[in-house]
Amino acid sequence: MNDDAANDDAALVRLTDVSKFYGNIRALEGVSLEVHAGEITCVLGDNGAGKSTLIKIIAGLHQHDAGTFAIDGEETRLASPREALDRGIATVYQDLAVVPLMPVWRNFFLGSEPTTGAGPFKRLDVRKMRETTRAELLRMGIDLRDVDQPIGTLSGGERQCVAIARAVYFGAKVLVLDEPTAALGVKQSGVVLKYVAAARDAGLGVVLITHNPHHAYLVGDRFVLLKRGAMAGSHAKSEIALDELTRQMAGGSELDQLSHELERATSGEG
Amino acid sequence: MTATAPEADERLVGQGHVRRLLGRPELGAVVGAAAVFVFFSVVAEPFLQASSLSTVLYASSTIGIMAVPVALLMIGGEFDLSAGVMVTTSALVSSMFSYQMTANVWVGVGVSLLVTLAVGFFNGFMLTRTKLPSFIITLGTFLMLTGLNLGFTKLISGTVSTKTIGDMEGFDSARTLFASHLTIGGVDLQVTILWWLGLVALATWILLRTRAGNWIFAVGGGADAARAVGVPVNKTKIGLYMAVAFCAWISGQHLLMSYDVVQSGEGVGNEFLYIIAAVIGGCLMTGGYGSAIGSAVGAFIFGMTSKGIVYAQWNPDWFKFFLGAMLLLATLLNAWVRKRAEASK
Repeated sequence: MNDDAANDDAALVRLTDVSKFYGNIRALEGVSLEVHAGEITCVLGDNGAGKSTLIKIIAGLHQHDAGTFAIDGEETRLASPREALDRGIATVYQDLAVVPLMPVWRNFFLGSEPTTGAGPFKRLDVRKMRETTRAELLRMGIDLRDVDQPIGTLSGGERQCVAIARAVYFGAKVLVLDEPTAALGVKQSGVVLKYVAAARDAGLGVVLITHNPHHAYLVGDRFVLLKRGAMAGSHAKSEIALDELTRQMAGGSELDQLSHELERATSGEG
Repeated sequence: MTATAPEADERLVGQGHVRRLLGRPELGAVVGAAAVFVFFSVVAEPFLQASSLSTVLYASSTIGIMAVPVALLMIGGEFDLSAGVMVTTSALVSSMFSYQMTANVWVGVGVSLLVTLAVGFFNGFMLTRTKLPSFIITLGTFLMLTGLNLGFTKLISGTVSTKTIGDMEGFDSARTLFASHLTIGGVDLQVTILWWLGLVALATWILLRTRAGNWIFAVGGGADAARAVGVPVNKTKIGLYMAVAFCAWISGQHLLMSYDVVQSGEGVGNEFLYIIAAVIGGCLMTGGYGSAIGSAVGAFIFGMTSKGIVYAQWNPDWFKFFLGAMLLLATLLNAWVRKRAEASK
């Protein structure tokens, strides 16, 4: 999995010492991160650590104030989410992925609808849209009874998967996932992580934003830890164990308290 | 696809049709329309005559022409309270420009189109720029247009109505387009009925089979999600307001060509009739759901009720009560539909 890591120039996205200020508030400072094809880079941090600011920079919603942001080795400043999409970076937001009342197939192609015919008869290629949606979801292992059902009737996990399948289908090279498992139960989280791994196996570079080190460690190849807007650590999977990752996320003095509580809970159960 | 796919389809056949029918936004309106039709057929003897049908259809079409774009706008998540007086504005501009410039009526009709579209653009532009609710923006436009209609007409004509333009060049041909009668199968039909049906067909095509239609549903059902996947949200909304303006222009020209003079105070309150027709037709007040055909059924219910009460020789005072009750029932039905559609997990 780490074969590509040897060749540093192969990074799809590379952030070096990136900072972002909102007025005099430091939202992000000196954060570096790299995303390689076929790998999952996890960004871990508690609430307010700067995860959403980071995601907004990569997605093209905000621009960085300092440092460099390179796509395929070329330094870039993204002007809009559309430009990010055109450069192969697709972002799946926690709540913003879909329009609940619209059918699954309309959601799947929203913003990039295929058309057929010309002039006034230019129309949606409904047949292709329906069939592609069904086939692409099936490929990811979701067997929908009816692609016409409103996407709001799917479970949270399924909706995430539709959004991931959509990004894969539209040729994204980099997939940015904002807390895909945050609102999900254990089983649904497992399903979503399976699709994240499937996207990785399809050759995409994945940025997985999460505050759950257990989920991150299951699928991640690299881990970037954020704390209060600054980088608190960056590790390859081979360099760090789950315990240590959790320890670093919890951090310093808070950790003793946490491990104490955890041990009590474990012995209580056993 | 794998072998499981056809099997998956078969699971649907049994309940699929019923469920799909229940999922149609027009369902409530069609049931309501059938009930209203049967009701007036029983209580009002002349209701079933061909000439009555023609009258009912004409009344429906005058509301229906505006209900179509108002429905699209509502699917796109916005209101237009200025739609009623915009019709009057459009008629006034057309009439007064032709009269004052002693120009061909068609010139006035063209100027009116530009002015009306500009008002629609103003609504959409202000909405997308200020991010204020459309209720406030278009309420402002409504009041401003109401004042301008009266003010300008009094200033230019000296009275509250425009001068007659019936003897001017181009009036007859304009009248043919906007306010003529056709006889089809022995039934006398107003040309507005054709405009109405044409607009319903066009809007249905746009909604269900074009990219713009997909975007209309998306900006109403989840503007942030739509923006995130690259849908031009602001352009879509401005386009919808201009569609309302375009239809207001058609209605306004009809008003002018059929009566020859225009009363400057007209149109106030009609915006609610358009909204009611759209809501009865299954549009959700919160956007993202509805249909153009539904708005037509809603307008037809309006036409049947307003004329049916006359044929039944009742006091027309009851009409508004009936309309209000229909609106409540329709909204309750729609809320129920939405709950089913959105029920997650």
